[in-house]
Amino acid sequence: MSEWWTYTLSDFLMFSQRSYYRLIALYNEAVWPAHLLALVSGLVVIGCIARPDMRTRRTRRIALLILAAAWAWVGWAYHLERYADINTAGPYFALAFGVQAVALCIMALGPHGAAPAGTQKQVALGLTGLAVIAYPLLALGSGRGWNQVEVFGIAPDPTAIATLGVLLACRAHPVYWLLPLAWCAVSGATLMELRVGYAWLLPTFSILAVAAGLLFRHTKHPPAH
Amino acid sequence: MTPDSSRRRLLQSILAASSSLALPSLYAAPAPAPLLTRPIPSSGEQTPLIGLGSWITFNVGRDPQARAESLDVMRQFFAGGGRMVDSSPMYGSAQDVIGEAVQALKPPRLFSADKVWISGGARGVQQIETSRKLWRVPRFDLLQVHNLLSWEEHLNTLLAMKKEGRLRYVGITTSEGRRHGEIEKIMASQPIDFVQISYNALDREVEQRILPLARERRIGVIVNRPFRQGDLTQALAGKPLPGWAADIGCTSWAQALLKFIVSHPAVTCAIPATSSVAHVRENLLAGSGRIPDEALRKRIAQDAERFA
Repeated sequence: MSEWWTYTLSDFLMFSQRSYYRLIALYNEAVWPAHLLALVSGLVVIGCIARPDMRTRRTRRIALLILAAAWAWVGWAYHLERYADINTAGPYFALAFGVQAVALCIMALGPHGAAPAGTQKQVALGLTGLAVIAYPLLALGSGRGWNQVEVFGIAPDPTAIATLGVLLACRAHPVYWLLPLAWCAVSGATLMELRVGYAWLLPTFSILAVAAGLLFRHTKHPPAH
Repeated sequence: MTPDSSRRRLLQSILAASSSLALPSLYAAPAPAPLLTRPIPSSGEQTPLIGLGSWITFNVGRDPQARAESLDVMRQFFAGGGRMVDSSPMYGSAQDVIGEAVQALKPPRLFSADKVWISGGARGVQQIETSRKLWRVPRFDLLQVHNLLSWEEHLNTLLAMKKEGRLRYVGITTSEGRRHGEIEKIMASQPIDFVQISYNALDREVEQRILPLARERRIGVIVNRPFRQGDLTQALAGKPLPGWAADIGCTSWAQALLKFIVSHPAVTCAIPATSSVAHVRENLLAGSGRIPDEALRKRIAQDAERFA
């Protein structure tokens, strides 16, 4: 379709910042207290990365299956059931999140890879920690209130950031990175168009994760048990 | 009774009598000036100069509070004499929000303007029917090919609908200055009733060719994004209104910017979008009273450019 080149990013912005965060508030209200379970799951993921045996199949599998469940839930409960109301691309985002959930399951059940280098592990821990613990505080820092918090496993942005951390810790094949990175780009661009103060976070975290993955990709590690 | 007290009572009664006569004329709020209209060139039907857009503002999903606020905006718009409401399948839940208001308010003089925005003619027919159901109207007054997407196929469909009496007017749209060359070609060659474009005191390219062509071809002009999606009013916020504003009855930059647009003789109406009842009132006022002449239009544009 030749007409697409005539569109700019702002042409696809269909909603206001107020509508976006009201949607998150209503969603939070509807799924509460799932946040508590999500928070505990997020802490378990951080614990898995922090463990010295992250490269073992069991630890890795726990982290990846938690992430898979988070992507599946966000795809269905957020994108398909709610975001699609204000964004016509919502069903496509839901599909992408479903695909990533399946990919993470495949990765969890497949052969384990190498362990992360020291710096990679620190970056992975930092990213996942920020996503699970610090990201929900952004709502308060922005003066939006508790009802608009974005929680790992409930909202897409912290889920994608935490996933980048785990993928880094697992030294995952680049194919597993594609959808989380794509979501960070799409959501970062949306937040920029909505003029949200912290819109720069998602692209920054993406660059950080990719850089850590590339810079230390040749680091040698002892074989996994 | 002392002379003083009787005089006081006399004065009080005179004051009371005079106030009962004089106060209403002195202090009652003046009736709002009627919303000015302009004829649709192809039919002569009168249309108010100010319509209501729905891009972003009415896409509120299922949020009951925001839907109630949107209903209030539309209630105020119709109560103030507004008629044309414009939407698109590209605007998320906006069509359904409008439909809910149409069902609740039953505006007797609604002018429903929507768009078709999909690849392929057959899918366009389906999309129009979906849109009509969302709007809860028996038929649309105006359907426009949105951003010229698959315009040849959709224009055939819309012209056929008009011929069969299932549609009153046919149009095309663009925004942000896109594809003006193609817009001109369609205006020159196709029997359309309306063209929808972006135009404001700073983005005036359409004055060169599209607006004169619209007058020549007797095509109505609907103006979208009159405030550059709020950027213009935001840039001018807090800047003092020049003296000419009072001469044309403007109390805000938003009104001045709207008056600039609708004062162009080729423009049929402007469709500012808002989610605020106060703003819809303010916008409607811009469609009444004195309209700037050519000299004042130049000053408005110059001052807007200077301050923005």
